[in-house]
Amino acid sequence: MNGSGFDFNRRRFLGAAAAAAGVTLAPGVTLYGVGQAQARGLDEPASGEVRWGMLIDINQCTTDCTECVSACATENGLTGHGRPATDAQWIRKVSVRDPKNGVEKSLPVMCQHCAEPPCVDVCPTGASFRRADGIVLVDKHICIGCRYCMMACPYKARSFVHEDLTDQKPHAPRGKGTVESCTFCVHRVDAGGKPACVEACGATGHGAMTFGDLNDPDSEISRRVAQYATGQIRADLGVDPGVRYQNL
Amino acid sequence: MASKIAFRTIEGRSFGYLLLLAVLGALLVLGLGSAWFMEHNGHHVTGMNNQIVWGMPHVFAVFLVVAASGALNVASIASVFGKTAYKPLSRLSGLLALTLLTGGLGVLVLDLGHPDRLIVAMTTYNFKSIFAWNIYLYNGFMVIVGVYLWFQMERRMQRYASAIGWVAFIWRLILTTGTGSIFGFLVAREAYDAAVMAPLFIAMSFSFGLAIFLLVMMASCAWTGRPLGDKLLARMGKLLAVFIAAVLYFTAAQHLTNLYAAEHAGIERFILVDGGIITALFWWGQVILGGLVPLALLFLPMTAGTRGGTILASLLVTLGGLAQVYVIIIGGQAFPLVLFPGMEVASGFGDGAVAQYSASWYEIGLGIGGVAFALLAVALAVRVLPFLPATLADSAVDPHHTKPEPKGAVPAGA
Repeated sequence: MNGSGFDFNRRRFLGAAAAAAGVTLAPGVTLYGVGQAQARGLDEPASGEVRWGMLIDINQCTTDCTECVSACATENGLTGHGRPATDAQWIRKVSVRDPKNGVEKSLPVMCQHCAEPPCVDVCPTGASFRRADGIVLVDKHICIGCRYCMMACPYKARSFVHEDLTDQKPHAPRGKGTVESCTFCVHRVDAGGKPACVEACGATGHGAMTFGDLNDPDSEISRRVAQYATGQIRADLGVDPGVRYQNL
Repeated sequence: MASKIAFRTIEGRSFGYLLLLAVLGALLVLGLGSAWFMEHNGHHVTGMNNQIVWGMPHVFAVFLVVAASGALNVASIASVFGKTAYKPLSRLSGLLALTLLTGGLGVLVLDLGHPDRLIVAMTTYNFKSIFAWNIYLYNGFMVIVGVYLWFQMERRMQRYASAIGWVAFIWRLILTTGTGSIFGFLVAREAYDAAVMAPLFIAMSFSFGLAIFLLVMMASCAWTGRPLGDKLLARMGKLLAVFIAAVLYFTAAQHLTNLYAAEHAGIERFILVDGGIITALFWWGQVILGGLVPLALLFLPMTAGTRGGTILASLLVTLGGLAQVYVIIIGGQAFPLVLFPGMEVASGFGDGAVAQYSASWYEIGLGIGGVAFALLAVALAVRVLPFLPATLADSAVDPHHTKPEPKGAVPAGA
């Protein structure tokens, strides 16, 4: 008697929960599915035919401009606590000065989305992974917070979440005690857009950052890479970064 | 002649024993409390940050893991190299190896951003990662040493003890190779990325492991009234001296190789000349107090073979070992990553600048908790199971032992 009553109640509860979940989730799913002509479907795997990359023309990047950094923080909800040593920083401006001639340049550095990423090699659980389209991400569900990827990254591109998080962006989930880094704004890219930093840089009129498919010979980034001399940071390591720099 | 070795549990009713348990227990609770505080508040309460991502907990953890494999050497000397004088020490050697490893891994796990995901680490593997390999190596080590201890203690299985001793010896060499390779495989860091890290770590394990074993063995004998032979002690002291020399040799090879290459001049200058606390810890902690002074203590006629000299040398090797691991882990991270060789670099994220690190008490507390666990587990284990030999007198352990010369007699050939 008791057992069947329990089963009935459980069934009713599960049914109601499923219905509630459906009502809650369905509009979101629909919203995402409509009106994104170039967008990748949620059930569609990332394509290995694409290699997302970025080209940064350093001559167009000015020393005092940090629009890309601010745009990244806003887009991904990277609110700091006034503690620069432990606050997350997915993209930073680095000034590079040649001591021989005094020429100084400023450039943004973020996850370089390597083809052979050392962070992915060393991750014990496989939480650090490279998508087929070249975007390097962290699976926050299986990251144990060992920080070995931070030891391995040649670009110091990763941050560890050192404290509790509030006001997270739904499209950029983060987790206390896990490691994170630039995602190339994967939520935008999957929806057919481009990273927030690239957009912000364009809005300033500098247009120093170009995002696109390095595998598509007709894309703007590929045409520019074919036309101009470009380079990668620490190319000697052979990790083949997806971020290239012009006038480095 | 050596007779059959008798092993006995300790009585464990004295005030001193209970006090030891209480002190170690309190330190363990301190360590657990520190870990809880760090996890609850997040790692911003520690001295670690986005530049120094591995801190004091890793110094203690790596030290304990390295020492664990070295502590097993005493058993290997008996079963693999056939030195029967070491046989009575085999059980304590295996026990200490297990507890040191557990203590070290405990510290490592409790420092994770997500210690609650230990089950993920144990079930989801990326086999290209040396970390993932190490999880197998550590777990395998526990199983093999556990079986090794069982075979030694179970009369029917004793004939297989030598075989499993070989397996344990080979496994421990691979294990320390794995620990050293955690650093050796870091391609981008100036201080690491070197094949010498693996043999260096093996030499370190021999030295740190034997030093801790000597301290535990001497304390056990002194506090339980077990005789400890002078010859055995002198012999082990000489062995420790050889291991200390091996660590100094590999350290010299590591730095000389780097000094030869112009691209490593920056990191070498930082470690050896102007790295502040890192430089001081290298020369004073690791080389002089942790290397040359104990070597002198173990070789000079005045102190060689004496209890005081051996205890002091072992303590110095242990502290020097912690200094060495600190220099490797913290020093290697404090020196900035080179993104643009030959250029002057600056940013708001520490580029081009030496990173500052000051360990918090929580990190030190967690590390000490790991040490306390290892020692507490030994203290409890020797109470419940016969790990300690009834005597370590030379006449009991050494088959070639002859009665000592009467005092004042001139040795033959002198």
